[in-house]
Amino acid sequence: MTTDLHQSTEEMLAESLWKVRLKLAWRSFRKGWASFVENRIGLLGLGIIALYGLMALAHPILLDTVWDPRVYDPIIGYDAPATIKTIVPDGQVTDPETQVSLLEARLINPILKVGETLEIREQPASPSRKHLLGTDPLGRDVLSQLMFSTRAAFLLGVVASLVTVFIATTVGSVSAFFGGLIDTFFMRLADLILLVPFLPLLIVLSALFQFGLLHLALMIGILGGFGGTAIILKSQALSISVKPFIDAARIAGGGKMHLIFRHIIPNVLPLSFLYMMFSVTDAISIEATLSFLGLLNIDMSWGIMIYQASVQGYLLSGTKYWWLLMPAGLSVTLLAGSFFLVGRAMDEIINPRLRKR
Amino acid sequence: MTDRTIDTKVEQPLVKVENLKRLFPVQRGLFRKATNFIHAVDDVSFSIPAGESLGLVGESGCGKTTTGRILTRLDQPTDGAIYLRDGQEMLNIADIDKDGMKRFRRRVQMIFQDPYESMNPRRTIFDTIAEPLQVQGIGRLPEREERVAELLELVGLTPAPTFMFRYPHELSGGQRQRVAIARALVIDPTFVVADEPTSMLDVSIRISIMDLMLNLANEFGVSYLYITHDLAVARYMCDRIAVMYLGKIVELAETEELLGNPQHPYTRALLSAVPVPDPSYVRPPVEIKGGITKAIDPPPVCRFVDRCPWATDYCRNNEAPPLEEKSSGHFVACHLVEKVS
Repeated sequence: MTTDLHQSTEEMLAESLWKVRLKLAWRSFRKGWASFVENRIGLLGLGIIALYGLMALAHPILLDTVWDPRVYDPIIGYDAPATIKTIVPDGQVTDPETQVSLLEARLINPILKVGETLEIREQPASPSRKHLLGTDPLGRDVLSQLMFSTRAAFLLGVVASLVTVFIATTVGSVSAFFGGLIDTFFMRLADLILLVPFLPLLIVLSALFQFGLLHLALMIGILGGFGGTAIILKSQALSISVKPFIDAARIAGGGKMHLIFRHIIPNVLPLSFLYMMFSVTDAISIEATLSFLGLLNIDMSWGIMIYQASVQGYLLSGTKYWWLLMPAGLSVTLLAGSFFLVGRAMDEIINPRLRKR
Repeated sequence: MTDRTIDTKVEQPLVKVENLKRLFPVQRGLFRKATNFIHAVDDVSFSIPAGESLGLVGESGCGKTTTGRILTRLDQPTDGAIYLRDGQEMLNIADIDKDGMKRFRRRVQMIFQDPYESMNPRRTIFDTIAEPLQVQGIGRLPEREERVAELLELVGLTPAPTFMFRYPHELSGGQRQRVAIARALVIDPTFVVADEPTSMLDVSIRISIMDLMLNLANEFGVSYLYITHDLAVARYMCDRIAVMYLGKIVELAETEELLGNPQHPYTRALLSAVPVPDPSYVRPPVEIKGGITKAIDPPPVCRFVDRCPWATDYCRNNEAPPLEEKSSGHFVACHLVEKVS
């Protein structure tokens, strides 16, 4: 395939040691990438992630250039197309674009009579050229909200998963290596966290404290890191800590920290990375759930978009107001799903038993 | 008791083991105290003079690997003393402080049985071999590189630069065992515990690995404790052989003396089981009966008594026989072997 994938080691040795290491890392990255590309679902996931990444990046630029902030701001923007309609007697509406029945008009202003005109502001407005995904019940642009929320979703997912994996890898490796009391403590703690229902706990916590996005991310990260992920990574660390190369390192004179950080953690890390992908998925869906329940102190997110549609009574109106529900709901599903797909594809690289060849 | 009778002719042995004991508790439950113990190593004493290699032979589960792990301090002895010569001093490695441990780690290394599992798959060959130098802070990076290259050449992995930055999975079993030998020798140890280093290798490359170990032992002045179940391997590698049975040494002598003139019934049985390259050879019926048992709280009589073809009432009713020098340099632990003066 590529020739310098098998670049001779003599050439490499002429260079300094860190350069050699960099090249080795690059070589193994490219090998991993080659098998990742072969797996279509991973590429699909990566494509979706890249798409949302672009959306998140494009939003502030669009607001700075072509979008008027007074109209397109995701939180305080307002735009409702107004139409002037003539009031006609009930049951005689022939052109709904220009006419409105007396009954509907009197719902807005009870002293109106047949023959008078009425200015009707349409909100939520259906998709138009100006608002590609329409506006929400408060007259705000849905596309702008969607793109703005993407950034929050990424931030949340990345912070939560990094915290999860950092804690879980350390806790898992340490308790596998030391065993005994430390192990018992962390594993029972993990059981406890698994035992407590996640969502009700977060509901109680967000009622007690004002939960922002970063708080939520840390919360999910800590609960996940001390919870189930720690158990999985511990089992991996345990299977490594009984390998003879750990004994060999001990005989070489390596201390506890050397054994944990140079031998156990590097061998757990691929699995940690995999679980990082899965915990992004978790974090995004948890955020959507909590903000749908109106429990998060944040301005805008996909969950809040659905929450808005729900509290204004549009949730059960079927497909008539689809633009209020579909974009946000689909985004949650797609982004969470795409991280899961990437995780699955990485699983096949990391776990040789799943490989086809 | 027994140690005083051993090796009075050797003034300063490299390694001296006295009454070594290792009991493993048999766990019956989380909060219950263990009341039964497996006597994995029970009152073992021997010594190894500098430059000499001792073979530790026995069937699986007889405690030979545990002995090796204790000598490298991967495991702690329950009781007993181990002395290692460091310069003019004798370090007691059974209870050793942090400073002593550092010195000890420079003196003793180990070669493992499984070449596939004894190397971290995520570290390069250079990292693996240089690890003792690195963790003990010996030399600067260029010096370490030079030293590793030198050792790779010595163990026959040439040209060294092509092997330095490979990963273990890119090498064959024999090549990996050569790397393991290089790692063991990189800090100039005086004593190496080799735990069946050739048993997982192809028969065709065993001899070359054994030759390599012998040559390097001469070159570096290293003594081996060579743990094996294969008498032929022990004969090839070792100056003296100790035969272990259920945690006790039953016979210890110079290699040729032990193989040519075995005294203990267990050693005789072992020797009769060695394959003979003659298709018309008719094997005499095996003298011993039964199989190896676990040494869980064994009675204080001779461990071999249940399987011994010679066992008498005296053996069944008296304390286990001590390891005694029955003839010059030939130690046997049996009531029935007569002392030759």
